[in-house]
Amino acid sequence: MLAALAVTDVQPESRPLADAAEEHKAMMARIAEFGDRTAFKALFLHFGPRLKSFMMKSGASAAQAEDLVQDVMLTVWRKVHLYSADRGSVSGWIFTIARNLRIDRLRAGSSQPYEDLETIEIAGEEPSGEDVTLAGQRAERVAAALAGLPDEQREVIHMAFVEDIPQSAIAARLDLPLGTVKSRMRLAYSKLKVQLEGLQ
Amino acid sequence: MTSVHHHLDHATVLRYAAGDLDEAFSVVVASHLAMCPVCRRAVAAAEDVGGQLLEDDGEADLDPGLLDRVMAGLDDVETAEPTPAPRTDGEVPYPLQRFVGGELDAISWRPVAPGIKRHSIRLGGSSSLYLLNIGPGKAMPEHGHGGQEMTLILSGAYRDAIGRFGPGDIADLDVHVEHQPVVEPDEACICLVATEAPTRFKDVVSRLLQPIVRI
Repeated sequence: MLAALAVTDVQPESRPLADAAEEHKAMMARIAEFGDRTAFKALFLHFGPRLKSFMMKSGASAAQAEDLVQDVMLTVWRKVHLYSADRGSVSGWIFTIARNLRIDRLRAGSSQPYEDLETIEIAGEEPSGEDVTLAGQRAERVAAALAGLPDEQREVIHMAFVEDIPQSAIAARLDLPLGTVKSRMRLAYSKLKVQLEGLQ
Repeated sequence: MTSVHHHLDHATVLRYAAGDLDEAFSVVVASHLAMCPVCRRAVAAAEDVGGQLLEDDGEADLDPGLLDRVMAGLDDVETAEPTPAPRTDGEVPYPLQRFVGGELDAISWRPVAPGIKRHSIRLGGSSSLYLLNIGPGKAMPEHGHGGQEMTLILSGAYRDAIGRFGPGDIADLDVHVEHQPVVEPDEACICLVATEAPTRFKDVVSRLLQPIVRI
């Protein structure tokens, strides 16, 4: 019932992060179960502009970014049955789809290893014990963990994840030895891990 | 249940989650992840961080027609059902199977030095990906690392200055680490290796061997 309300409500931005994360899960469930286009449309309206911004920051032109948004969202529709609420947030899952397309189209690489792994994870999903009410808590903790990072660590994370800058180019851009960039990443990860443990 | 003791460097977890590894390294990491639930959870957490950045980092206005185009496109998309579980109980992790098949026994080897055989996997990109088959009790030639290198053990085991590396363990080493792997006496060790740049050997003999061994 709540999911239906969530989909028709038009003010997702005014709600706390936790509620938004719960709603995204509920939308995914409705798309998977009923092919619910209203839920899909709501997901598109939320993630579409974010995906476009993400792709442009990764170096795509506006037109290229919109093509990628279209492909990400069609992949969400196509793979909706492969999303497991146990494994993580909807935004994290959509990020992986965007990342894989970014590897294939913007880096001219291959996301095949990621796809192969996905097949195994779905086949051998070990239940995490996380029940769906923790989804909101997870979103809040990830956000808090990121916000709590020192600027210099958040900067390298942002460059890697959003701007799609290779590690060696991050070092060049910040005029730092590669080892320093790696240590910042390690430090950032260990802080994030402390925050995220217990959610895994 | 898991017997994996050597895991991915956390910097690698983030690079993999961000999509910064080329195909050779992605294959090694994905193969390790197929064998290591601990690192799978670490990557999933890093991907949630990616999701949060996607959530928070900004929005760009979409062409007003895009929503309609996407909605119209839904009719042409066939929904993917979960595929049957791939075989994951063997020694060849699934992300490697497309390159070498499902059986280590069926791999063709090229001898490169006494007791050392190699099977190269050709990929685009500048990094190399190959399997090494090192005989029981054999030492790998000592080498410093010219760039990043990752070694995933598929069968057998070796010991080096860091410890014992058995099936599923990954040596995700930095440029300056020197290790001297010696394969355990009772069984050959087969491992999957990605290297970023040609490895430079330390001592003269090994240096002379390098063009031949091409490790």
